[in-house]
Amino acid sequence: MTSSSDDTERPANDGPHEDGRGGAEERLRRPDDHIDAAASVDPSSGDTGSGGGSGSGGEITQPKLGFVGWLRWFWRQLTSMRTALFLLLLLAVAAVPGSLVPQRSSDPNGVTQYFRDNPDLAPFLDKLQAFDVYTSAWFSSIYILLFISLIGCVIPRTKHHFDALRAKPPRTPVRLGRLAGYTERDGVGSLDDAAEAARAQLRSAGYRVAVFEKPGEKSVSAERGYLRETGNLVFHSALVGILVTVGFGGGFGFAGQRVLVEGQTFVNTLGAFDSFNPGRFFDPDTLDPYSLTLTDMAVTYEQQNQKAFGQPIDYTATVQVTEQDGASSEQTIKVNEPLNTGGTNIYLLGNGYAPQITVRDPDGTVVFTDAIPFLPQDAQLTSIGVVKIPDGLAEQLGMIGLFYPTQGAQQPPYFSSYPDLEYPVLTLQVFEGDLGIDAGTPTSVFTLDTDSMTEIAGGKADAKALELMPGQTQELPNGLGTVTFEDAANPSGDAAPPVTEESDAAGTAGTDYSKSVLRFASLDIHHDPTQGWVLVFALLVLAGLVTSLFIPRRRVWVKVHDVGGGALRMEYAGLARGDDPGLDAAVAAVADRHSAGFTPDAAAVAEGDEAVAPPESPDARA
Amino acid sequence: MSVIALYSAMAVYAIAFIAYAIDLAKRSSSIDEVAEGASSTAAASAGLNVTAAGGYGSTATITSSAPVTGAPRGYGRSAALRVGVALTVVAWLLHLAADILRGLAAGRVPWANMYEFAMTGTLIIVAVFLVTNLFVDVRFLGTFVTGLVLILLGLASVNFYVAVSPLPPALQSIWLVIHVFVAATSVGLFALGFGLSVVQLLQFRRESIAVGAKATGLRLLATLPSSDKLEALAYRINIIGFILWTFTLMAGAIWAEKAWGRYWGWDTKEVWTFIIWVIYAGYIHARATRGWRGSRSAWLAIIGFSAVLFNFTVVNLFFKGLHAYSGL
Ligand code: HEM
Repeated sequence: MTSSSDDTERPANDGPHEDGRGGAEERLRRPDDHIDAAASVDPSSGDTGSGGGSGSGGEITQPKLGFVGWLRWFWRQLTSMRTALFLLLLLAVAAVPGSLVPQRSSDPNGVTQYFRDNPDLAPFLDKLQAFDVYTSAWFSSIYILLFISLIGCVIPRTKHHFDALRAKPPRTPVRLGRLAGYTERDGVGSLDDAAEAARAQLRSAGYRVAVFEKPGEKSVSAERGYLRETGNLVFHSALVGILVTVGFGGGFGFAGQRVLVEGQTFVNTLGAFDSFNPGRFFDPDTLDPYSLTLTDMAVTYEQQNQKAFGQPIDYTATVQVTEQDGASSEQTIKVNEPLNTGGTNIYLLGNGYAPQITVRDPDGTVVFTDAIPFLPQDAQLTSIGVVKIPDGLAEQLGMIGLFYPTQGAQQPPYFSSYPDLEYPVLTLQVFEGDLGIDAGTPTSVFTLDTDSMTEIAGGKADAKALELMPGQTQELPNGLGTVTFEDAANPSGDAAPPVTEESDAAGTAGTDYSKSVLRFASLDIHHDPTQGWVLVFALLVLAGLVTSLFIPRRRVWVKVHDVGGGALRMEYAGLARGDDPGLDAAVAAVADRHSAGFTPDAAAVAEGDEAVAPPESPDARA
Repeated sequence: MSVIALYSAMAVYAIAFIAYAIDLAKRSSSIDEVAEGASSTAAASAGLNVTAAGGYGSTATITSSAPVTGAPRGYGRSAALRVGVALTVVAWLLHLAADILRGLAAGRVPWANMYEFAMTGTLIIVAVFLVTNLFVDVRFLGTFVTGLVLILLGLASVNFYVAVSPLPPALQSIWLVIHVFVAATSVGLFALGFGLSVVQLLQFRRESIAVGAKATGLRLLATLPSSDKLEALAYRINIIGFILWTFTLMAGAIWAEKAWGRYWGWDTKEVWTFIIWVIYAGYIHARATRGWRGSRSAWLAIIGFSAVLFNFTVVNLFFKGLHAYSGL
């Protein structure tokens, strides 16, 4: 399509003037305001038009519309090109607010934050569904209308296209002179031979052909590029396909999250997820109860490049997957390489440290021990976690922990200077009082509600925050008991380890801490049976698009006049159906090739040798 | 090394820009010199000597007949124009070297952060411009292309520069290569389509005014193709861009599925990719809708490319989202 743009070329479609040109235009059941659609229908045109409803505005001009009339009118408006265009642009505009305001679906914390920052505006915006733009009533109505319009457009066009595929090319216009690429040649030969040669030539070039005859004149009407319309229909239908699969298909899957600390095992059952969002039609009984153990969560940090020192360059979770039938295998999950097992895809979406903390009562009895996932706060993995000890001590106890994988300051405020475990320090702020978890209101494992608690270490309390390195133990204030930061590389025994004094940097320097704290992986586990279908439709969209934009649909006419004495006058012209930059060149090429057979020389040498074309009926098409 | 090559490229682009600008200025004056009914091909054949047409003497104002026929005034190859193109090629080669060196230094494709994307994206814009010129003469867009590229490169090296750094795990994927490269290519096409649509609008205005037999300010337009031709060309370029953009969107979805566990989540960058896609779909529809062909659809192409630029700058820098790979 690129090479044909020489200076003589006119734009293939120079505007809406071509409608009904030369009476050749059949009814085209695209929307009435489509550029290609015939404004008026020539009664002599092809036999494809049927009586009902496809003329231009017949119903609208009826004096009384009536209910059905109004419906028809409305439907016609809805399925017009102008409406489609308007809805498309409206859709683009409507999508904008969702990028300006945080969305619940993609950024729930952002929404909470927004409410905090704009307490007056936020509730109002919420009423407008500005935090759920893409599921909002207004956004949905735009795209639903658009798709109704689309379906209303595609169905009649598909039917028409099937008819067109079986129909003969339309009658040759009486006057070709005003059509695209018009050219005339003179030649010698017989009328029948020339017409037959044109027919054969166009047919072998992939045109559908029909021959028409008048006294002293024979003409070939040819059309090609039906695939263009096919592509267009495939494209639009596949869009509907995507919408439907995403809309309904999403209901058959689920999405769940689970945080797994090294050594922990997840069994694919409902209760094992930290959060679980089933689709409407999902049946939890269909979960395949495989089990998955996180054996290792490895992170590699950049150490060569000083400018990017400490930047993560690889996350790899190694897992042991055991199928229901007992088959077990070791697998890895990486960021761009999800694991597919048991009908689910498992994605590695986050990781961090999970310090193991043990709390003992004053007698040395363990009242709590667990590896607590701490949420990373920055690139150096300064992390925050919460420990809640509801039972076993004199008071309910809550602790807010800050973990620094490589603590870099001489004295508080502390910070982490490197994300790996070089010099890990955990500080704990301790609260006693009511954890607020007995009331039955759900509370997050990552937040501590300190409203009805008293701070007893750190912050404004008398005692300093507790500070621990792996393997160390400290006394809780008020003789409540002890806290131990377990060294994952050297787990402590059951007996209470000796209480160390203030942590002592000198005593621990040079120690290898690289395995002293466990890591966790945060995994997303999804099941989406329709994903493959979405991909198929997407590929159809792409294929349809390419076909419909690049295959030219055009008509070409060759008309041969017998001007007496064995002399012929041959006319050639074309008509673009849609954008067709190469039309003029194509008509010229047809003319050159065809007329070459009827120059005086050619006629003398090989009379009638063109007439060996296959003896098919003119309109037969494979 | 890469930076030095890039700065040299920018310097050469700047000279090319000036050459194109001189060419445009000469076009304006050549219109004065080309006599009314005289064969306007005189200037075209003038080769190095643009002022050859001056021999026709009389100054002419544009009357209604000549320009509206849509045939470009025969204005051929001026020296400035040729110099402009030659310099653009030189600058592009330097630019390419800068890009390759950056890629070698990083040991990966050079489009993993904003700086690199700007560098590769502009490289592709110029490449699209040069390649298009092999088929159609769009050299009159030279000022626009080199100007745009200079601004973007300037912005990138001053504000977005980051040292070479390894790929974060989320970007370690074959889709980085495919998705981003195709995106950059469609941006290159949209940029050219944008330039053509702007000229088309100007040309259309001139043509409508010319019908009223008034002389107009931007006389150089008379040397350019008619608005119909510009529109057809812009459309052809934009639809190729649109197809590639469609592919970008789909490839992005596939990648998102692998990296983030869902193929579509209305992340800000996804939203804007979608918006751009819908605008250009609107453009294609407009071209097929009665009453929307011509200037109205050209505006849609212009809005579309503005959205592309907005997506690359404002959305990358100020909007929050998962695509936080600007490196800043
Ligand atoms: C979801 C909404 C829609 C989208 C995204 C969309 C997109 C597109 C695209 C990209 C094209 C150009 C490629 C091709 O020709 O296949 C196109 C063409 C076309 N669309 Fe749509 N479309 C939508 C809805 C509609 C509706 C509702 C109608 C009918 C009123 C319609 C009628 C057409 C027609 C007639 C063409 C051919 C244009 C031509 O002749 O160049 N489309 N559409």
